[in-house]
Amino acid sequence: MELAPIFIWLYNKMLEFGLGITAADIISLVVLAVVVFGFLAVTALFLVWWERKISAHIQQRFGPMMTGWHGALQTIADAVKLIQKEDILPALADRKVFFWAPVIVFVCSFAAYVVIPFGDGLIVSDLNIGVLYIVAITTFTIIALLMAGWGSNNKYALLGGMRSAAQAVSYEVPMVLAVLGVVLVTGSMSMNDIVRMQSAWGGFRWNIIFQPLGFLIYVIAATAEANRTPFDIPEAEQELVAGYNVEYSGMKFAMFFLAEFVNLFTVSAIAATLFLGGWNGPWLPSWVWFLIKTLGMVLLFMLFRWTYPRLRVDQLMEFAWKGLVPLAFVNLVYVGIVARWLNW
Amino acid sequence: MTEDLRTEEMIINMGPHHPSTHGVCRLVLTLDGEVVKKCVPVIGYLHRAIEKMCENRTYAQCIPLMDRFEYVTAMSTNWVFALAAEKLSDIEVPERAEHLRVIMGELNRIASHLLCIGVTGLDLGALTPFLYTFREREMILDLFEMTCGQRLTYNYMRVGGVSQDIPPEFIPKCREFLSIIDGKIDDYERILTENPIWIARNKGVGIIPEQMVYDYAISGPAARASGVNFDIRKDDTYSIYDRFEFDIPVFYGCDNYDRYRTRLGEMRQAARIIRQALDQLPEGPVRAKVPMNFKPHPGEVYARIENSRGEMGIHLISDGDKKPYRLRARGGSYNHLMAVPQIAPGLKIADLVAVFASLDIIMPEIDR
Repeated sequence: MELAPIFIWLYNKMLEFGLGITAADIISLVVLAVVVFGFLAVTALFLVWWERKISAHIQQRFGPMMTGWHGALQTIADAVKLIQKEDILPALADRKVFFWAPVIVFVCSFAAYVVIPFGDGLIVSDLNIGVLYIVAITTFTIIALLMAGWGSNNKYALLGGMRSAAQAVSYEVPMVLAVLGVVLVTGSMSMNDIVRMQSAWGGFRWNIIFQPLGFLIYVIAATAEANRTPFDIPEAEQELVAGYNVEYSGMKFAMFFLAEFVNLFTVSAIAATLFLGGWNGPWLPSWVWFLIKTLGMVLLFMLFRWTYPRLRVDQLMEFAWKGLVPLAFVNLVYVGIVARWLNW
Repeated sequence: MTEDLRTEEMIINMGPHHPSTHGVCRLVLTLDGEVVKKCVPVIGYLHRAIEKMCENRTYAQCIPLMDRFEYVTAMSTNWVFALAAEKLSDIEVPERAEHLRVIMGELNRIASHLLCIGVTGLDLGALTPFLYTFREREMILDLFEMTCGQRLTYNYMRVGGVSQDIPPEFIPKCREFLSIIDGKIDDYERILTENPIWIARNKGVGIIPEQMVYDYAISGPAARASGVNFDIRKDDTYSIYDRFEFDIPVFYGCDNYDRYRTRLGEMRQAARIIRQALDQLPEGPVRAKVPMNFKPHPGEVYARIENSRGEMGIHLISDGDKKPYRLRARGGSYNHLMAVPQIAPGLKIADLVAVFASLDIIMPEIDR
């Protein structure tokens, strides 16, 4: 069942009740914000549980089993525990920076969902610069990670913050170049336009078919962007204990933790939207297709994490600048030539 | 005109409770960004004065202390102590006991190498191989548990033999383990050996040249990965190792990667030795007739065996009393740790962690 008509019906009902258009707009935006936030919070909790289960099965363990069906309530119990924890402020920390870092990470990771099309018509705001907006907003988290590393006044945290800044800046470049290939073909930065462009062939004219290299580059860069193994050096616990969030506890730690999983979902959702046809698909409702594709990408990222060792920091940079960036340029040239030639 | 940015070296305390210093080692690192300029190990956080305590205990009471001297391969520590006491008073160990010692020692070697490889993976961010290796290590610990009731500190060897015979279900269980271990080692190879990231992280990292092996008296797999073909089991043979057919894996890469491959090779060879020992296992007593109040002949002796992390020795001086007059233990880890400051400058922090793991440094052996 499609969900978009429900929202439209609700909006019309509000107008029928005699609310002005402005009031109805404001109310519907608040409702949408709450719905998206609630959905993402539940998704993040689910992803934490899912990751624990997947890692457990890869490693021949059971994972959480005791809390609820197959430990399904485990992350809720964890969240409750974290909320109860004392909020420790290191004595020499830079208070303001220390306080705002998790807030910025949290807000930025959720703000990206303004332009993600969850289904046919299920988009909070179809900005005509959607792709640019996402790239800009996800980059903000880097500043927050640097703030966390600096504000904690801890050497390990500082190293972690610096690593994450260096890594994110390096991998932003190939990622944007890979995304640019899609924008080039579509001729629009609107996420909805990009999805509609892929709706031919019964919803299977995916960009990945024409730009496999671009997809590969995006996936690799996104793994780095989401700070996951083999690119998880900012929080390499065996080297830096925990990285930038080593001094955080309680709810602030939970915010970093949840934001990390929301980011994972974001990069997967973008991959699904840009390269895997978004919500296009036969028989099932569009939002189900979106979820299937996005969770499939999440699964891929999780499999990476539990099968690969971690790269070293200099190898990571080398890989980005000597490997991915030239490859991304090649991809861009290829997309340009083929797009012109095939007259997409 | 260029204006140089002012940079500062950062001194960082890695340990004594850092996730990857394997116990309570503390490394004082001087860092220039990510690069290690200087590394000073600080030891002594686990010092229990085991050698001194032995001077106040009878030989039988010393063996549980030996378990704690190096608890990852407690069978070997038991063994080397018993060997030293037997050497002092020329005790003939029964055939069956010798075979059992070899079986236990080699099983313990496999368990130790499994731990090392798993933990190396963990330190490099590969979390999965660790649980695979621990799955097999669990089978070995089960075998030890059914033999002597303990899973970590075995207290199994005695002066003149072993404390008790193996139960009847030991041999089928052990054969079952031997039948799968080669396949499991292949599994580790599949997930690690050919993995490009594993190779990038380990190849050419933590070079220990052959000369350095001699300078620092590095032994065990770390020496054999640097092309030094020295194994006490072959070169200064003890117990009944001369009856078994096995090879010593030697590699010439001198780096983390070859130390890892040496360990894989040693596990296969250890399994080979155990198979032969099980086939030849004779019937008979498992303990020579040694009085409860054992008093060795006065004298001085040094016994050594090939442990999973190098030469392990006991220097024992007896004045004919029922307690040792002086006991000095030697483990391979100390020499390995002393080599770390030599290797460290120029490495990244991540590489230092990898080197530390691949040298298989165990703190109780250093602090004692």
